[in-house]
Amino acid sequence: MPVPAVALRGITRRFGPVLANDDVSLELAPGEIHALVGENGAGKTTLMRVLYGMIQPDAGTIEVDGRPARIQHPADAMRLGLGMVHQHFMLVDPLTVAENVTLGYEPRRPLGGFDRARAELEVNAIANSYHLPVEPRARVDTLPVGAQQRVEILKALRRGARVLILDEPTAVLTPQEVDELFGVLRALRDQGATIVLITHKLAEVKALAHRVTVMRAGRVVGGGTVESLSVERIAELMVGHPVASTLTRGDRAPGEPALEARDLWVRDERGLDAVRGVSFAVRAGEIVGVAGVEGNGQRELVECLAGLRPAARGEVRIGGRRPPRSGARAHLEAGLAHIPSDRLKQGLVPEMTLAENLVLGLHHERALGPGPFLAPGRLEARARRLLAEFDVRPAEPGARASQLSGGNQQKLIAARELSRGARAVIAAHPTRGVDLGAVAFLHARLLAERDAGRAVLLLSSELSEILALSDRILVLFEGRIAHQTTPRETDERALGLSMTGRSAAGAA
Amino acid sequence: MSASSAAAPARAGGRAPSRAALLRSLSPLVALAISLAIGALFILAIGENPLEVYALMLRESLGTGYGIGQTLFKATPLVFTGLAVALGFRAGLFNIGAEGQLYLGGLAAGLAGLTLTAWPAPLALPLAIAAAAAAGALWGAIPGVLKARFGSHEVINTIMLNFVAFALASYLGRPHFEPATVRTAELGGAVRLARLEALLPSLHGSPANLSLALALAVAVGAGVLLFRTRLGFELRAVGLNASAAACGGVAVGRSQALALAISGAIAGLGGVNYVLGYKHYFELGFSAGAGFLGIAVALIGRNHPLGVVAAALFFGALSYGGLVINQRVPKELVEVLQGIVILLAISAQQVLERIARRMA
Amino acid sequence: MELLLFLAASLRISVPYALSAVGAAFSERGGVVNIALEGIMLHGALAYTLVAFWTGDPWLGLGAAVLAGVLTSGLHALVTVGIKADQITSGLGINLLAAGLTRFVLIQVFHSSSNSPRVVGLPEWSLFGLARLPAIGPTLGAPLVLIAIALTLAAQWVVFRSVFGLRLRSTGERPEAAASLGLSVPLYRTLGVLLSGALAGLAGAWLASEQHSFTDGMTGGRGYIAIAAMIVGKWSPLGAAAACLLFGAAEALQIGLQGSGFPSEPLQTLPYLVTMLALAGFIGRAVPPRAVGVPYDPERS
Repeated sequence: MPVPAVALRGITRRFGPVLANDDVSLELAPGEIHALVGENGAGKTTLMRVLYGMIQPDAGTIEVDGRPARIQHPADAMRLGLGMVHQHFMLVDPLTVAENVTLGYEPRRPLGGFDRARAELEVNAIANSYHLPVEPRARVDTLPVGAQQRVEILKALRRGARVLILDEPTAVLTPQEVDELFGVLRALRDQGATIVLITHKLAEVKALAHRVTVMRAGRVVGGGTVESLSVERIAELMVGHPVASTLTRGDRAPGEPALEARDLWVRDERGLDAVRGVSFAVRAGEIVGVAGVEGNGQRELVECLAGLRPAARGEVRIGGRRPPRSGARAHLEAGLAHIPSDRLKQGLVPEMTLAENLVLGLHHERALGPGPFLAPGRLEARARRLLAEFDVRPAEPGARASQLSGGNQQKLIAARELSRGARAVIAAHPTRGVDLGAVAFLHARLLAERDAGRAVLLLSSELSEILALSDRILVLFEGRIAHQTTPRETDERALGLSMTGRSAAGAA
Repeated sequence: MSASSAAAPARAGGRAPSRAALLRSLSPLVALAISLAIGALFILAIGENPLEVYALMLRESLGTGYGIGQTLFKATPLVFTGLAVALGFRAGLFNIGAEGQLYLGGLAAGLAGLTLTAWPAPLALPLAIAAAAAAGALWGAIPGVLKARFGSHEVINTIMLNFVAFALASYLGRPHFEPATVRTAELGGAVRLARLEALLPSLHGSPANLSLALALAVAVGAGVLLFRTRLGFELRAVGLNASAAACGGVAVGRSQALALAISGAIAGLGGVNYVLGYKHYFELGFSAGAGFLGIAVALIGRNHPLGVVAAALFFGALSYGGLVINQRVPKELVEVLQGIVILLAISAQQVLERIARRMA
Repeated sequence: MELLLFLAASLRISVPYALSAVGAAFSERGGVVNIALEGIMLHGALAYTLVAFWTGDPWLGLGAAVLAGVLTSGLHALVTVGIKADQITSGLGINLLAAGLTRFVLIQVFHSSSNSPRVVGLPEWSLFGLARLPAIGPTLGAPLVLIAIALTLAAQWVVFRSVFGLRLRSTGERPEAAASLGLSVPLYRTLGVLLSGALAGLAGAWLASEQHSFTDGMTGGRGYIAIAAMIVGKWSPLGAAAACLLFGAAEALQIGLQGSGFPSEPLQTLPYLVTMLALAGFIGRAVPPRAVGVPYDPERS
């Protein structure tokens, strides 16, 4: 084997109590596309942030082109020919493409002036030579996501990156954009670049990579050439045990509609129509899954159903009726439960106690205290019961939510939302980034809710989750329901295809 | 967001966080200690003995009945403004407008007092006090509504409204001023708050008055509101995580507007101490920075009503102590110390926070 | 003629506002709110007075004022950028500190808690015979008026046309992006704060030079108005200076109306009300730099 382009040896990094990287070693051969896979929280991003100098390891060494390298800052990484495309783009929104690409290494005019014309010429030149079309004068916040990603890649290329790290680059792309990106990456590889692709989508690994390294819980647990590993084997390494679905569901005819959208139109922050005429009904005793590439209106749809965002047109019905007032409280009181997609930002108040978090949204209940008062004893008693029922650890009502692991935080939210006696439950990404024990628990709970006669609307970016839990599936594309199906009639591949919006007629 | 948030259920034992919490709660004391040390350097620089000066301050402000009375008097408005700022902080809002709210509260109490002088005291006094609260509430509600309606930041708006309050008070007050002065006529006995010396003769001669009792009652009320009521629960949830509160059905904008109105009402009540309890007239400029100092009080009191009362007493003692030592050290030293305490309080909090995080 | 005199008065009054407001634009474009301008200006004024008093040289006084401004803003940078504590609170603390410290020094040096003895002011410049123009001449002959105009134009260029400005704006908009490109966020933020300190120090020197003395609390809230002007001017140096001219004109009008029986308060409150309207979006949308006021802590991102 030739001298590795990059070698990481024995990298260890701790975040407080969490061992994010535990003695991790990884070698990248020059000119290969290397996939780094693992579940959320497996430590992939941490490892790459160490390589790029954004965080310092507690132990371990890095070699670049066979020479030991001290990378204490992204500037060091760039000097060594490393470039990174972050999952959340590192772009300065109000600046132009040319300004973003040249920032930190700008063409100058006398007296320290910024040479805008030359910056634009340079960006054009690189963009053309790598076939990455962009408009240098456009403000980046006016560009679509795919174009923003091209700007990120250009930034790295302009700094002379020979090793390119891409963190979950396809998460926010449409399938067409994914195809374009893969074309670009193959072309870069052919020109000699080494590419690290961080992902948890195994189809992408198979389509693009030469070799794969699998991480789990902070460690490398396996790897090899892509040909030598089946998708099933990689998945098994990722989750740590054979992947098998053991979910059971009662045979139950759905009842009355409990959550309905009728010709619903919803605008996003910029005032653009994000949801465009969506109608559906989730009936008591069924789980309806919503699939779609991120950014096709899911967030706005959920927020509107939950009363957090007004409908521009159309209406939401809960329990067969329009909520009497607008706003989240009216929706909750009308019989809705909402497990939001981002547990730390929307689901929890991390600095409040578990007992307090368990009454957020139920704090108007008469049973919790007399008149305007909340009785601490009643909060605590309620917390003890729910923490035990939902197996949240530690089961201390006085502990702060921020002290819990991701899985326990998610169980805490589920405990609150599923205990409010709602007719309909919206579960948005209920298992994102949580450990497998919690995933199994939450899946079983959602099915139990269905069997108990609740209507469940499930949104997830994991198609396997949608397929395993749903009775019916809606595919959201560009704010519309592009396709409706059931798990029996479809599979991950067909579903993924229909998420592109072009196969609704062809599939099924 | 890195792997730190997800992954690894492994958690250090329950002890580490509590030790970290202890460290965090120490930051006000650390800040006070360092501030006094820096003050000692100033005292040394002008050729005095810091120990003697501090001892004198302590003796005079807390060692005699009169001194204690003066300290309590100085502390009273700070309890109000400290609570006002703390309540805002709890709801995630920075109320820099306590100064203007207190000032207009004093004006309202003064003007109401002039009107109500002939009324029976059991009616006039509560009405004059209510006027102070109402004026403060109005002045707090303006930035609150602007924030809820237009999303404009309360910090700048409360600063601007302080200046508007100063101008407004002089405009509204002028027709009622005594000739060639910037103060109103003296209020009648019906709207005067009794001096504490009537109950505690040992405080004889000090201006401490029943406003202190009102302040302590408000402190208890603020504690109950924040930690025992549904409304307080909503305010704290909004302050700690507004989007989560919104998901829990809390109307965030309305809560914030309400929080600023309550905060303003509390600050407005602070005007009572001077106008109804001490001078018995409204005078331009009487607030003298009590609203700004409330920020320091809230910081050192860690936004808890008990802490606020304690911190207000400390700053009250410092204010009066500064006057006592003026013969030897300029009383401005106290102002310098107040500024330094603020800077050190926020710095110590950050530094200790970082150490605590590393320990956890 | 009347109009020219009025314009000259407005210009003169707006100088300290404009210097501080242009400085505030540097600080905020880099991501740091600088409410400490009031205290910085006060320190600048005192430093000018002390040095002019001791040396008799107004230019040395000017230098001292700039130095005092840089040092005071350095304290703000230390607390907000170095220690990453809350920017607003730090600014308020510095203002309180400066109010006490200047009076403390006044008492120690001049044995008065209210004002210093008379000191020399900055001499007149007569560039291109500007100072001999009718009505407006004396104002255009004042060095700091010309310096303020030049600095405003220069600042506009630096913020929007220079490499430094590009980097500064990136740390105020998206510090993690700047850091990922190898730029030091603390460095640029600190430089932005120090520049604002230097300019506010100059503003203080102008106040003391105009008045030929230092008086307690002589800045009278100008630092806060400067912040307001910068907001109304939408975080651009030129816009900030233009807002200062408007506020200066309001103040000049208010002085002109003194004794006319017309109450001064409505004009006095104009800057504050205009600022509140601007913040609420009634005078075009004022969009602050996205990361302004947020300490940058790579450990937490």
